[in-house]
Amino acid sequence: MNNELVKKIVLPLLVFIAILGVWSEIANMVEDFPTPSDTYVAAFGGVNADGDKIEGVLEDPFYVKNEDDKGIFWQITASLERVFAGFALAILVGVPFGLLLGMSKNAQYAFDPFIQIFKPISPLAWLPLLLYIFQDINMTAIATIFITSIWPIIINTALGVRSVSEDYMNVAKVLRFNPLEKVIQIILPVAVPYIFTGMRLSLGIAWLVIVAAEMLTGGIGIGFWIWDEYNNLNYPNIIIGIIIVGLVGFILDLVMGKIADFFDYRKKGRA
Amino acid sequence: MKKFLSLENIEKRFPIPGKEDYIAVTDVNLEIKKNEIIAIIGHSGCGKSTLLNMISGLDRQTQGDIILNGKEIKGPGPDRAVVFQNHSLLPWLSVYDNIGMAVKKVMPELNRQELRERVEKFISMVNLDPAKDKLPGEISGGMKQRVGIARALSIKPDVLLMDEPFGALDSLTRANLQEHLMRIQQNVQNTVIIITHDVDEAVLLSDRVIMMTNGPEATIGEVLEVNLERPRNRVELQQDPEYIRCREAILAFLYEKFAKEDE
Repeated sequence: MNNELVKKIVLPLLVFIAILGVWSEIANMVEDFPTPSDTYVAAFGGVNADGDKIEGVLEDPFYVKNEDDKGIFWQITASLERVFAGFALAILVGVPFGLLLGMSKNAQYAFDPFIQIFKPISPLAWLPLLLYIFQDINMTAIATIFITSIWPIIINTALGVRSVSEDYMNVAKVLRFNPLEKVIQIILPVAVPYIFTGMRLSLGIAWLVIVAAEMLTGGIGIGFWIWDEYNNLNYPNIIIGIIIVGLVGFILDLVMGKIADFFDYRKKGRA
Repeated sequence: MKKFLSLENIEKRFPIPGKEDYIAVTDVNLEIKKNEIIAIIGHSGCGKSTLLNMISGLDRQTQGDIILNGKEIKGPGPDRAVVFQNHSLLPWLSVYDNIGMAVKKVMPELNRQELRERVEKFISMVNLDPAKDKLPGEISGGMKQRVGIARALSIKPDVLLMDEPFGALDSLTRANLQEHLMRIQQNVQNTVIIITHDVDEAVLLSDRVIMMTNGPEATIGEVLEVNLERPRNRVELQQDPEYIRCREAILAFLYEKFAKEDE
C-alpha cells in the first residue's frame, strides 16, 4: 500500500487519540466537564454515566416539537440560510464595488481609508446598532454577516482587477474594446479567481459571525442552540455543537474551494 | 503617388519631475510604402519600441505627426495590428477563441460560418490546426507567437507592427518563425514594421533597414536598402554578396559608429 496514504490516515488518527487524551484530562480536572464518552452518548444516544437512558442529539436531527424546539438539523439550516442570505448580499454589492475600486484610482483613494477602518470591526460591535435599526432577529443576523463579510470580497476583487496585465489591456486597446467589453472579456476572467478567493474568506467569516450573532439574538440557529444548551446545563451538547460548527465550516470551505477551482482558468489546461 | 504611412518630425519626451525632460527620440522622418517590410534596428534604449508604440497609437508622440492613408493617427486601432514580444494571448481562451475574439470584434458583419472559416484560415496559415483547441498554457513559446501573428493578420490590418516578436525565443524556433513570416508574406502582401536587435533577422526579412542612433535623443542614423530577391533562402544568402554587404553595413553602424558599452 501507498506509504504516503498510510501516513495520511495514521498520523491524524494519532493526533485524534492525543486530543481525546487531553480532553479526558481536562474533564478530570474540571467538575461536571463532559468526558468524550459522555459526549458520545449525548450525540448518538445510549446509557450515560449515571445509568440513565438518553436520546442522542443526532439520533433524530429532524424532529419538530414546536416553534421553539426543533432538531439540530433545523438549527443548522436556519444558520445556513442566514449565512447565505448575508453572503449573497455581500457578493452582489461587493463584486461591483470591488470592480469600481480596482478600475478607478480615484475611487480607490476615496474609499480605501474607510475600508481599512470598517474591515477590522468585530461583528459583535455592529450587532446592537443593527438590532436597533431592524428590530428583527433574522434581518439583524443577515445584516451583520453582510457588513462583516463584504470586505474580503471588495478587497480581493479590486486586487484581481489591478492584476490585469498591461499587455491584455493593450490588446483591448488595439481592438478598440468599449468599457463593457473590457470588463467582460478581459478584466473579469483575470479577476474571477481573486473574487472567489475573496468569497471563500468571506464565507469563512460569515460562518464565524453567525454563531456569535445567534448567541445574542436568540431564536433559532446553531449559535443559539449552543447557548441554549449552556443555559440548560447540557454541557455535552455544547461540545457537540462546537464540533458541528467546525465540520459545517470545513465543508463550506471545501465546497467553496472546489467551485473556485472550477472557475480558475489557471487550474485548467496546464499540461 | 499618395503616401501610405509617414512619420514627420516625430519627437517623444518624457517629463521627469524636478529635472529636464528626457527626450527619447527626436527628429524622426520616415516614409513607408504599401506592402513594404521595414526593420528597425538599434541598441536597447534607442527608442525603437517607443517609435513602434507611437505608430500603434498605444503611446503618443509629443511632437510631429504620424499619418496613415492620409489620416492622422490619434490612438490605437485594428488597422495597425501589433504582435507583442510576449505574445499577449489571453490565457483563458483557446487558440481558436483568441483569434475568434479579435475577428468578431473587428468584423462584426461576418456570420458564424464566415467567422469560423476566417479564424480557421488564419490558424492554418501558421500551421496550428492540431492546436486550435489548446490553451496558450499548453503550447510552446514559438507556437504562441504564431498565434499572435495569426491573430494580428486575421483582422486585416493596414500595417502589421511587430515589437521584437521573436526576441524571447531560442534561435532555432526564431528561424522557424522567420520562415513562417516570409512564407505568409509571400502569399498575403502586408506592410510590416518589425523591431529587432538581430542583424540577420533584419536583413533576411526586410526591404529596408532603419538604423537608430543611441538614445537619449535617438533618431534615424542610416537607412539601408536590401536588394535581395524573394523568396529568400537563409542558407544560400550566407554566400550572397548583397546579403554580406547589408550585414556588414549594419554591423559597422551598430558596433563602430554607434557602439554601446554595457551599462
